[in-house]
Amino acid sequence: MDPAILDTQAVFDKFPDEPALSALSDLATAAKYDREELTVTVARENIIAACEAVKAAGYNFLEDVTAVDWYPSEPRFQISYSILSFSLKRRVRLAVRLAGDDASLDSITGVWPAANFYEREVFDLFGVHFGGHPNLRRIMMPEDWQGHPLRKDYPVEGYR
Amino acid sequence: MSPIAAPDQINPGIEDVIADAERHKHGSDPIADQTMVINMGPQHPSTHGVLRLVLEIDGETVVSLAPDIGYLHTGIEKTCEAKFYQQVVPLTDRIDYLSPMTNNTAYALAVEKLLDLEIPAKAQWLRVLFNELMRLNSHLVWLGTHAMDIGALTVFLYCFREREQLLRIFEAVSGQRMMTSYIRIGGVSLEPPMGLFDQIRAFLLDFPSKIHEYETLLTGNPIWINRLKGVGYISPEDAIALGVTGPPLRAAGIDFDVRRDMPYSSYEKFQFNVPVSTESDVWARYVLRMQEMRESVRICLQALDGMPEGRIVADAPKIILPDREQMKTQMESLIHHFKIVTEGFAVPAGEVTSSVEAAHGMMNYYVVSDGTAKPYRVHMRNADYANLQALETMCKGRLLADVVAVIGSIDIVLGAIDR
Repeated sequence: MDPAILDTQAVFDKFPDEPALSALSDLATAAKYDREELTVTVARENIIAACEAVKAAGYNFLEDVTAVDWYPSEPRFQISYSILSFSLKRRVRLAVRLAGDDASLDSITGVWPAANFYEREVFDLFGVHFGGHPNLRRIMMPEDWQGHPLRKDYPVEGYR
Repeated sequence: MSPIAAPDQINPGIEDVIADAERHKHGSDPIADQTMVINMGPQHPSTHGVLRLVLEIDGETVVSLAPDIGYLHTGIEKTCEAKFYQQVVPLTDRIDYLSPMTNNTAYALAVEKLLDLEIPAKAQWLRVLFNELMRLNSHLVWLGTHAMDIGALTVFLYCFREREQLLRIFEAVSGQRMMTSYIRIGGVSLEPPMGLFDQIRAFLLDFPSKIHEYETLLTGNPIWINRLKGVGYISPEDAIALGVTGPPLRAAGIDFDVRRDMPYSSYEKFQFNVPVSTESDVWARYVLRMQEMRESVRICLQALDGMPEGRIVADAPKIILPDREQMKTQMESLIHHFKIVTEGFAVPAGEVTSSVEAAHGMMNYYVVSDGTAKPYRVHMRNADYANLQALETMCKGRLLADVVAVIGSIDIVLGAIDR
């Protein structure tokens, strides 16, 4: 396995022909190449622009949207977008970091309608708000559930 | 703080349906005043589990359709965070319970990527063999239930006759019929017993004739043809936009299969075809899965013919439980066994995605490690979840009876959707 490259500039230097990196050169705030997987971090206000850029660069298929709660460190939430290219047969991961007291960002359902259920799931289980989502309701838990179970400060056994 | 505020709010029931009806009125065409909202599921034999659909119908025509899921949500992702890495394997069995070894493989690949483990050839071949047998197992359940939904009950009995043989094979190799936990981090759990490969080979050599038998019951059947042809169309653009993978994607003309295009577990060393169709209807998905079963038989036979000799687990004593014999005779193995069972093993920090082609489509495991012995986050991306989103596109404007056929054709397992 190739060694990890954690420095942003080094990643850009190592893969000058990678279309996702060229597309995101203005938007990326950090990039890493770890365990043969490319992760590009963007600012939360740029997520739609970043998704459109990688889509134009050939990464046409949104596989997955999920989140990681890094409680108690800040910025608390990491939203991970896994995007695949059918033609390049590679995937790129977009990451957005969100502060715990302002966990909201734009929905990418306008770019990929597939994000609909995934964003609802992140909203339900992490309490991250997606602005512009057509139907942001709980999906796994009952509608009247209190709390967001996949947050790290939510006990595994629940509150009961 | 109690999650239940008032007992009468626990199950909204009919109020929920009415609220949904109100929501559906907005944004529909003016004809919406004459539409009716009906509830299908969660206890409905054709929803393959506990799927609930809120359907807005105009006469017999579906105007809109909203899946309501979560009835089988057991918080597996949350539970994973409280377990050691090796303890997560049995949990993954219960995600897509029709192909547990495929789930195990996806999880094992992710953790092995984090650990940078080299898996011996024999374990990889065994994984391929059992992944393909799992595909047969899953497709047999799909075919039986799909045909039963359409009204051909006999096929179900035949499919389960063959599935019983498969379950006996799984029992012989792992000790369990369904929740096998056979594929573990670093390899597989047990050496296959004597004579098992002959049993599998006998099954595989006989199986194509069984596929032919199902086809004689279905393919020429006028009811089957009329219920399937031209039903549940989705354009390739919509399929990609909605995240559809697996047989429904390939039936829409997109030639993508993780096994061939992003090979894992030595799939690049096997020869097989990826069936593709362009009709993108329920019929095309039926034909495509039947072809897939034949290809799976080919792959299994190649795996049996070329089965390498050697170890079935990686050489990593601090990660993989020692052999029972060694554990009882060697001090070092005993210590390793004790440490792994009581403390687990630390996994280097990082985040990885593994991807496999499950029977239902692309299955990804996203595992985040913070350097401890418990996964910081495990997320399963199952094809069923995304494919379910495409249900409305496939059913809109079609007859209510077609919904049943379309649900059968996307082949969902609610365990994989709700997790």
